[in-house]
Amino acid sequence: MALAELVDATTEKKQTTEAVLELQEVSVLYSGKPAVKKVSCTIWRNRITAIIGPSGCGKSTLLRSLNRMNDFVDGVTIEGQILFAGQNLYGEAVDPVEVRRRIGMVFQKPNPFPKSIYNNISWGPSINGYSGSMDELVERSLQQAALWEEVKDRLQDSALNLSGGQQQRLCIARALAMEPQVLLMDEPCSALDPISTAHIEDLMFELQSRYTMVIVTHNMQQAARVSDYTAFMEMGNLIEFGETDQIFTRPEKKRTEEYVTGRFG
Amino acid sequence: MAFLTENAQKHLANRHRKSRLFALLCAIVTWSSVFLLGVLLVRITLDGIGWLNWNFLTSFPSRFPAQAGIKSALAGTLWLIVMIAFISIPVGVSAALYLEEFSKRGRLATLIEVNIANLSGVPSIVYGILGLAIFVRFFGLERSLISGALTMSLLIVPVIIIASREAIKTVPMSIRYAALSLGATRWQTTWSHVLPSAFPGIMTGVILALSRAIGETAPLILIGAASYVAFLPKGPMDSFTALPIQIYGWASRPQAEFSELAAAGILVLLAVLLLMNATAIFIRNKTEKRLK
Amino acid sequence: MSDSIPTTGLSFSIHKGVTRWGETAIKFWLGSCTALSLFTTAAIVVLLLVESFDFFMAVSPIDFFFGTRWVPLLKPSSYGVLPLLWGTAQIAIGAALIAIPLGLASAIYLSEYASAQVRSWIKPILELLAGIPTVVYGYFALTFVTPMLRHVIPDIQVFNALSAAIVVGIMILPTIATLSDNALRAVPDSLRQAAYAIGATSYEVTTSIVVPAGLSGVMASFLLAISRAIGETMAVTLAAGQTPNLSLSMLGSIETMTAYIVQISIGDTPSGSIAYQTLFAVAALLFFITLMINVISQWILGRFREVYD
Repeated sequence: MALAELVDATTEKKQTTEAVLELQEVSVLYSGKPAVKKVSCTIWRNRITAIIGPSGCGKSTLLRSLNRMNDFVDGVTIEGQILFAGQNLYGEAVDPVEVRRRIGMVFQKPNPFPKSIYNNISWGPSINGYSGSMDELVERSLQQAALWEEVKDRLQDSALNLSGGQQQRLCIARALAMEPQVLLMDEPCSALDPISTAHIEDLMFELQSRYTMVIVTHNMQQAARVSDYTAFMEMGNLIEFGETDQIFTRPEKKRTEEYVTGRFG
Repeated sequence: MAFLTENAQKHLANRHRKSRLFALLCAIVTWSSVFLLGVLLVRITLDGIGWLNWNFLTSFPSRFPAQAGIKSALAGTLWLIVMIAFISIPVGVSAALYLEEFSKRGRLATLIEVNIANLSGVPSIVYGILGLAIFVRFFGLERSLISGALTMSLLIVPVIIIASREAIKTVPMSIRYAALSLGATRWQTTWSHVLPSAFPGIMTGVILALSRAIGETAPLILIGAASYVAFLPKGPMDSFTALPIQIYGWASRPQAEFSELAAAGILVLLAVLLLMNATAIFIRNKTEKRLK
Repeated sequence: MSDSIPTTGLSFSIHKGVTRWGETAIKFWLGSCTALSLFTTAAIVVLLLVESFDFFMAVSPIDFFFGTRWVPLLKPSSYGVLPLLWGTAQIAIGAALIAIPLGLASAIYLSEYASAQVRSWIKPILELLAGIPTVVYGYFALTFVTPMLRHVIPDIQVFNALSAAIVVGIMILPTIATLSDNALRAVPDSLRQAAYAIGATSYEVTTSIVVPAGLSGVMASFLLAISRAIGETMAVTLAAGQTPNLSLSMLGSIETMTAYIVQISIGDTPSGSIAYQTLFAVAALLFFITLMINVISQWILGRFREVYD
């Protein structure tokens, strides 16, 4: 397994981390038209990787190929490989349902089920045959999502009664209840107000020690604040990939520099 | 991780199997309806095609199956189609226009809406009783074509209203605003712009409603349409019979030949319905093209 | 340059007057057509109530609603409506047992599994099934279903409740399929995506998330279909028989409320007699039952519609 070294910003200690996902020349085509073209990069464990780029550059498409949510689009073809724990996600014998259990997703617009807060969280584990204490799992997930204190007395209330920011944290808790290895987040804050956004960014820092996260965002400042690695995409191509510090302060490609300095997009 | 066990693997395989079975089951059930329709049509055709000839279409009903025909019933049905159309379409479309274009939102409008929805769910036989009391008895119209037409119109007007409202709703507000801003009155806007635009949808709804009216038997039985009528109606006040009544009459007889006659009658009825629906689709396509 | 402002024909004031008067007349016509619906309902209610009132002057309501023998035309007469109610109930329950699972399964197939092309074939076919006149279904029950059932159940009689129930079930199945399909398609796709992203199979997503989310529309469709089964006349008149009874077996002849109404109206019962008045009493009961079901169905739709966001 590939290793990388990262200098921890606070302790200045070198930490090794391993690759969780390796993308090798990944292309995604919708009815023959390429939306993502030959992207290769690595997603490192317990790190936050941000995917940035102008509208329509293929970042959401790339994200969705990581948990096989693109499978639901008619006429989609995937080329290349995405290795997860050594196995190609799109291999013959791979079960997409399994993939989605290990690689969870939070969507742009909060989409809690029209059920109680408790049942939103417990549904996923229960259909997967979870045999432990569900109450504990629900509490644990809500605490990880920094929502427990606010909802612990009304777990049977409908999830739709929560505010937008709370609903998104609930969706995060719902995804975490599956104990995924990777958490994908597709512009998780774009439908939220600044305060809720701040809450969720704080949450990302807390989750980092336990989860690997890939975030698509159109908000460059957010990417700079939150992520360890950044991938910059334009028109389906991966223009540059590297440590966030480097991408934002010493970008190697001209296009990257133009984007991060706000000259377009 | 809590799920990475061999049991979990088996469990997952079970879930997939269940899911595939479920999808298959739903598909089978759906395609069975198609199959069933086929069986129904084939069976009726086999039963009735033997009796379907020119003689059948041009004779009056008779005690002797070999001489029995559907002429009076077919004539009655055709008379009814025309009369019902003339009565129910203006009334139904007018009401729909009023509710969509002229009336204000409010308690009364909601009451009327609920009322119409309820009326469309009232069993057709109750309309028959209403027609009997009001048209046959109270207005003294006796067991005539006009009584039948009025009764069936009452039945299908709510259906026409609901369908027409849907069609009118799809006309974008911008068309109305454009006309009104030019100084047109509400009615001018409605007549010249909204109605033509909604016409295809209204047409579809009207034909569906008329198809239903033609196929209904119970209300006509109630108002007294007979099933042994050996003459052609000459005017709206004449007594009459209609295809569904004739079919019912023959189907209730025990002899096998009458049963087959009933099947032949059904084929004629289905042909009439098919023709009506084909006309509707034709008209709708023509008018939709003109609007594009 | 001329002094007068060119006009295109009539001077404005006259034009306006004519239009305004015409406009009012048209509005009056349109409004009257709308008011007709209220008059219709009022007429039905008044007619049924008044005539039933006459009936209940002669026959006690207790005897009517709780009596177990329905023999209005012969002496000694008995006016207990329960056998007719039971006949109607047998048909409605039997039809529902067929149409609800099959209709819902079809709706699920159409909304969750079928491709757009398949849908474009099946939806018109369902509409066709729904558009077939009920007398045709009655014929089908009598000449096809009963003989077929006889192969499996030799004891079955020529007129029986089972054939009629089967055929009525087929008749109302498209109603459930189309309305439930609409309800399921109205469930936002974001919910399905969230459910699949958790790692669920299509069966789990459909049954745990989609159908519960669309439940109000689905239930409303069930109620509407049952209401239609209760009001159904021709299939039961042709195939189910004219012997009101309280037997539990569906293999023999029964009589429904609707079939009875037909029987009385075809027969030569004298107009003013109590026997004839039974027509209105039974019709009033029928009207009331279907009205209640339709009102509840609309209430369910209205009350629970805002379920998603």
